[in-house]
Amino acid sequence: MASNAAGKPRVGLFVTCLVDLFRPSIGFAAVKLIEQSGCSVAVPRLQTCCGQPAHNSGDRKDTRALARQVIDAFEDYDYVVAPSGSCAGMIREHYPALFDDDPKTAHRAHALARRTYELVSFLRDVRGMERVDARFAGTVTYHDSCSGLRELSVKEQPRRLLRSVAGLELVELPGAETCCGFGGTFCVKYPEISNRMVEDKAQAIESTGAGTLLAGDLGCLLNMAGKLKRRGAAVRVRHVAEVLAGMTDGPAIGDGADGG
Amino acid sequence: MEATSRTFKDNARRALVEPDLQQALARMKAGFVVNRAAAVGRLPEFDALRDEARAIKNHTLAHLDFYLERFEQMVTAQGGHVHWCRTAEEARRTILEICRSVGAKVVTKGKSMIGEEIAINDYLAANGITPVETDLGEYIIQLRHEPPSHIIAPAIHVTKKQVADSFYATHTNLDASRKLEEPRALVDEARAMLRQRYLDADVGITGANFLIAETGSTVIVTNEGNGDLTQTLPKIHIVTASLEKIVPTLEDASTILRVLARSATGQEFSAYTTFSTGPRRAEDLDGPGQFHVVLLDNGRSALLGTELQDILRCIRCGACMNHCPVYGAVGGHAYGWVYPGPMGAVLTPTLIGVEEASDLPNASTFCGRCEEVCPMHIPLPKLMRHYRERAFDKGLTPPLPRLALALWAFLAQRPRLYQALTAIKIRVLGALGRRRGRFRKIPFAGGWTRHRDMPAPEGRTFQRMWDEAGGAR
Repeated sequence: MASNAAGKPRVGLFVTCLVDLFRPSIGFAAVKLIEQSGCSVAVPRLQTCCGQPAHNSGDRKDTRALARQVIDAFEDYDYVVAPSGSCAGMIREHYPALFDDDPKTAHRAHALARRTYELVSFLRDVRGMERVDARFAGTVTYHDSCSGLRELSVKEQPRRLLRSVAGLELVELPGAETCCGFGGTFCVKYPEISNRMVEDKAQAIESTGAGTLLAGDLGCLLNMAGKLKRRGAAVRVRHVAEVLAGMTDGPAIGDGADGG
Repeated sequence: MEATSRTFKDNARRALVEPDLQQALARMKAGFVVNRAAAVGRLPEFDALRDEARAIKNHTLAHLDFYLERFEQMVTAQGGHVHWCRTAEEARRTILEICRSVGAKVVTKGKSMIGEEIAINDYLAANGITPVETDLGEYIIQLRHEPPSHIIAPAIHVTKKQVADSFYATHTNLDASRKLEEPRALVDEARAMLRQRYLDADVGITGANFLIAETGSTVIVTNEGNGDLTQTLPKIHIVTASLEKIVPTLEDASTILRVLARSATGQEFSAYTTFSTGPRRAEDLDGPGQFHVVLLDNGRSALLGTELQDILRCIRCGACMNHCPVYGAVGGHAYGWVYPGPMGAVLTPTLIGVEEASDLPNASTFCGRCEEVCPMHIPLPKLMRHYRERAFDKGLTPPLPRLALALWAFLAQRPRLYQALTAIKIRVLGALGRRRGRFRKIPFAGGWTRHRDMPAPEGRTFQRMWDEAGGAR
C-alpha cells in the first residue's frame, strides 16, 4: 500500500481485457503516461476482466467472483488506473453495490473504488498534469464514451491534454456524447439497432473532416473503427493514450501492417 | 392491448427499415432534445429543483398509505368518490358501472396512459359505449386503430399525409375534395369534428398528472385544452390515475410542475394546467355533477420497499425516450406494449411480467443518458439491470449466449489458464489479420461482421509482452 522506495505513488495498471488481447500498445502508452506523471507502475498478474460482461447480462454470481478477484489483485496499490472509462466506472461505481450482504468485502470494494481512476482523468485530476510531451501532425476528433462521461465525468481532461500535443488540431464531433452503439454484448445481441447507432456515429465522424478519431475506450473504438472501415472511410482510429504518449508509429486500429 | 414485447427483436428489425417512421424519429430527436436543453439552460436552479422533486416523491412513497387516505377523505368531503382498484380488470369494471349508471352512449377521453394500460377503449366499445379520444394525437391513433408510440406524443410516428388519409377515410360527411395538406387544416378539422362530441358525451374520462392529498384535487397538463372540455361538459368526470401520482400538497405539485414541462417538451409550462376539485358546487357556473377517481394499483404497491421502488417517481415526461438512442432507432411500437423507451423497459416487465418482456431491459447499451436527463433522478439503467438479473435467474437468457458467458466466466476466474489460452488464440488471430488489419467475416460473429469489420488484434497479449519486458508485477 505504501509508496515505493523512491517515494513515488504506486499505480496498479488495470490493463482491461480488450487492451490485453487486442491492442497492448494502448497498455504501454498508459504505462508511459502514468510514469511521466511521477508514479511507478506495476501490472498485477492475476487480472483478466472487470466483470462487465457478466454484470450486464444479469449474472450476479460471476460478477461478484470477478470483482473479488480484482479487489484481491489490486488491494496493495496506491491507485488503480485503467485506460478505459467503462472498466474504471465498473470498479468505482458498481463494485461497492455488489456486496450489500457482505460488509467485509463491501468495505474493501469501497476502498478500492475510491482509489480507481480512468487514465486521462487520473493524469489531469489526480496528478495535475498540465501538458504532454508529444507530437501529432493532423486533425483529430474525439468521441466521449458513455461510462467515462456519465459515470466518471471525463470530458474536459482529454481535450485539455490533447491541446498540448504539438501539431494536433482538435475539431469537435457533432453528437460527441451520443452512444456509438457498442454497449458490450449489446452489439451482438441487437446487431441491427447497434448498426444503426454506429452508422449515425460514423457519418458524424466523417462530417468533421478529421483524419483521426480518438476515444478513451477500446470497445467503442473497435466498433467505430470496424464501421468506418466497412464504409471505406479514410479516418484513422486510435486510443487517446496513444496520441498523448506520442506512440503513433504503428498501424491504427483496423489498419494493416502496410498501413492500409 | 395484446403485448408484442416478446417479439421485440423482430419489431425492431421492421421498424429500422420503415421510412416514414425513421423520418418521424429524426424530426422528434431534433425537436425534443434541443428544446429541453434550451429550457433547462434558462433555469439555473433546474438541478436543485430535480433534487427537491425527488425528495418530495421519496417522502410520499414512504408514507403512501397516509397520503392516499388523506386524498380520499378530501375527495369524499367534497362530494366525490374514490374507487380503489387492485387490477386493470377492477378498474375497467368500475368505469363501466359508472358509465352505465347514467346510460352513457358516448364517452370523451382526455389523454391518459392509465387508459391505455387498462385498455379502456376496447372494453367500453365491446360494451356498447363509444369512446372518443379528444387529444389530437390520441384521436389520430384511435382512427388508425393503433397504440401510442410515445407517452406524451402518441402519434409521433405518423406523417401528415397519413393523418390526412385517415381523416378522408373517417370524416366522410365532409367535402371529399377539401385540402388537408397544412397542419392547420388538420387541426381545424379535428377540432370541428370533436366539438359536437364534447356536447354529446355523457361521461368524460381524463388521466391525472398529480393527485393532491391536502385538497383532494386532481391535476392535468395539456397543450390543447381538450382535457378541460372533456371534464367540464359531461355529467360525470372520471379521473383514472395510478396510485403513485399522489403528492402531499399544492406546493409540491408546483415544484414538480416546474421540471415536468421543461423535461417533456422544453416548455416552461404547458398551455393548460387544470386543477379539478370535486363535482360542481351550487355556486359553480359549470362542471360535472359527479366526480370519480379510479385509483389503480395494478402491481405498483408490490414495488414499495424493493429495489424497483424508484420507478414510482416517474412523472411520465418522456425525456428518457426522447434521449434514448435505442428508442430513437426503433420508435415506440417496437417495445410492444403501452410504455416504451427506458421507463417502459422497467415498467413493462413490472406490469406484464419479465417473461413477456425480457428483451426490453436488455435492449440498452447502458449509455446512461436516460438517467442523466430524468427530472426525477430515476436510476433507469440500474433498474433495467435488476430485470436482467431476474431474467438471468429465471433462465430466460437464450441457451447459446448463456453457455458462452459461462465458459468465459470460468476462464476469466482462472487468470493463469486464461492468459495461456488467450496468448495462443491472439497469436493466431494476429497472424491471420496482420496484413489487412481487420476481418470482414468471422465464424460465429455474424452479429458483428454483418455490419462492420472486426479490427484484428496486434498479435501478442499485453500480459506476455509485459513479462518479456520484465515489467513490475
